[in-house]
Amino acid sequence: MTLPSDLKDRFPLLSQMVHGHQIVYLDSAASSQKPASVIDAMNNYYRTINANVHRGAYEIAAQATEEMEQARTRIATFIGSDSPNEVVFTKNATESFNLIARSWGGNALSQGDAVLITDMEHHANIVPWQILSAEKGFEIRWLPLTPEGLLDLSHLDQLLDGVKMVSITAMSNVLGTLNPVAEIAERAHAAGALVAVDGSQYVPHLPTDVQELNADLLCFTGHKMCGPTGIGVLWGREEILDSMPPFLGGGEMILDVRRDGFTPNELPHKFEAGTPPIAEIIGLGAAVDFLSSLGMDNIRQHEITLTDYALRSLKDRYGEELVIHGPSDPAQRGGVVSLQYRDIHPHDLSQVLDQRGICIRAGHHCAKPLMKELGVGATSRASFYLYNNEADVDALVDSLELAGELFSV
Amino acid sequence: MSGLEELYKEIILDHYRNPRHRGELDCPPAHKSEGFNPLCGDEVSLTFEIEDGSIKQLRITGQGCSISQASASMMAAAVQDKSIEDVRMLSREFKAMMSIHEETMAAADQETVSAASLTLGDLEALKGVVKFPVRIKCATLSWNTLLTGLDDLDG
Ligand SMILES: Cc1ncc(COP(=O)(O)O)c(C=O)c1O
Repeated sequence: MTLPSDLKDRFPLLSQMVHGHQIVYLDSAASSQKPASVIDAMNNYYRTINANVHRGAYEIAAQATEEMEQARTRIATFIGSDSPNEVVFTKNATESFNLIARSWGGNALSQGDAVLITDMEHHANIVPWQILSAEKGFEIRWLPLTPEGLLDLSHLDQLLDGVKMVSITAMSNVLGTLNPVAEIAERAHAAGALVAVDGSQYVPHLPTDVQELNADLLCFTGHKMCGPTGIGVLWGREEILDSMPPFLGGGEMILDVRRDGFTPNELPHKFEAGTPPIAEIIGLGAAVDFLSSLGMDNIRQHEITLTDYALRSLKDRYGEELVIHGPSDPAQRGGVVSLQYRDIHPHDLSQVLDQRGICIRAGHHCAKPLMKELGVGATSRASFYLYNNEADVDALVDSLELAGELFSV
Repeated sequence: MSGLEELYKEIILDHYRNPRHRGELDCPPAHKSEGFNPLCGDEVSLTFEIEDGSIKQLRITGQGCSISQASASMMAAAVQDKSIEDVRMLSREFKAMMSIHEETMAAADQETVSAASLTLGDLEALKGVVKFPVRIKCATLSWNTLLTGLDDLDG
């Protein structure tokens, strides 16, 4: 099955004009656009059932609680989780990683231990470990890349020696590389380590099943999957989340508070201190419904086709003048294309494209260690989602020439 | 392509393609200051020698977009042989052109600026950047880096 061809019509923002051109949005790896159904769901909450959750005995408070908890259940199903108790709401993927590092790491890690991450991680899966390591003195190890931008697993077993946590991305936000998470997880588990997965780029674009991924913990972020900002998820196996101490303290996360201490609440509320982002949770629930109604397999297929088309069009037109980072096989990558065109700086390239209403990202994409490996300060990145089509790719390909003219020596 | 010509003036592209004062001086006697634009990864590293309160030599290394690199190149030409006070004033003028008005800029200071009648010269070409607010940080990176370096001399 393929995706409906009128999908853009369901995203109000995509009908806009920018600098006199119909907007061409190619920055979904940074944040996706939102369908009307998500915007409406959030509006509806504020207009009809706005009340704090888990507290009121009155009708609208009960409805708000019901909607929020139903969203949690649907999100759990969406990622193949056994139970909604395994779905903890956070602010974003970044907070999810900070929660893991603080709560699990603060408890489990000390001098002599190690955490294994990779050379292609987003800062969200680097800095929380660095902050903690400065306190606890454990080692951070880095899994290297092959020249094509795949994870180099040739020394994995040595690297795993003494490692208590393997924390890796399922898909690179710069290279698009899809990583063999299940295989790494199997070897990590055999070495006695837990596995945390950054699903920020994966969950929005591919069918996700936490059992198949073989993960113990999974972080992802709502705004990249047609949901609102301000809502992220930490999924974890129940027994692991159970073993972890609370992260933030306050209301909602307690069963009892006395002068001499407190008793934490049950999962998942143990990790959800304070009034949650109710509208955002309901919005994310609507986003998951939207994605499910299209079918994640279809979305993935659409993106493989589009990425293949983009890689071929760019290479055919610009050949050696263009460097595209990451794997060349569209089946090994997501719809993220980082490129360098001649010696035009990414900032300048995106500035020129902006005049045509084309939105691409320029910069280090919060992956500075990876930029260093690639030997560049920044890249230009175009990224695709379910609403993009071949006309969007054509606009990108055509506009590079414009930049070429402007900066030609 | 409306607007782009205002940003990418010929003289800016010229400084970008043929940057002046590239290189590095030995530290010491030279002083070093490094600046980063954390959002986009632009980097500039300055080495400069001070003699009798004036900038005798300044050399630039770094990487970044046309605006950040051209701005650094133009700055190097503009501050050559200028006293530290004049450099500070020039930087205030440049930032004012970028719509950045420093709160500490007292009225007395403003008088001195006009009295010294320092001209921005080529730097005026960067005026178009104001219309592209995200690029202002690119244009001011080298100036901020130099100011930090000068502050460190005092400190
Ligand atoms: C791979 C990856 N991990 C983590 C994040 C962080 O997401 P957020 O900023 O929503 O926490 C991003 C998005 O920027 C990402 O691409």
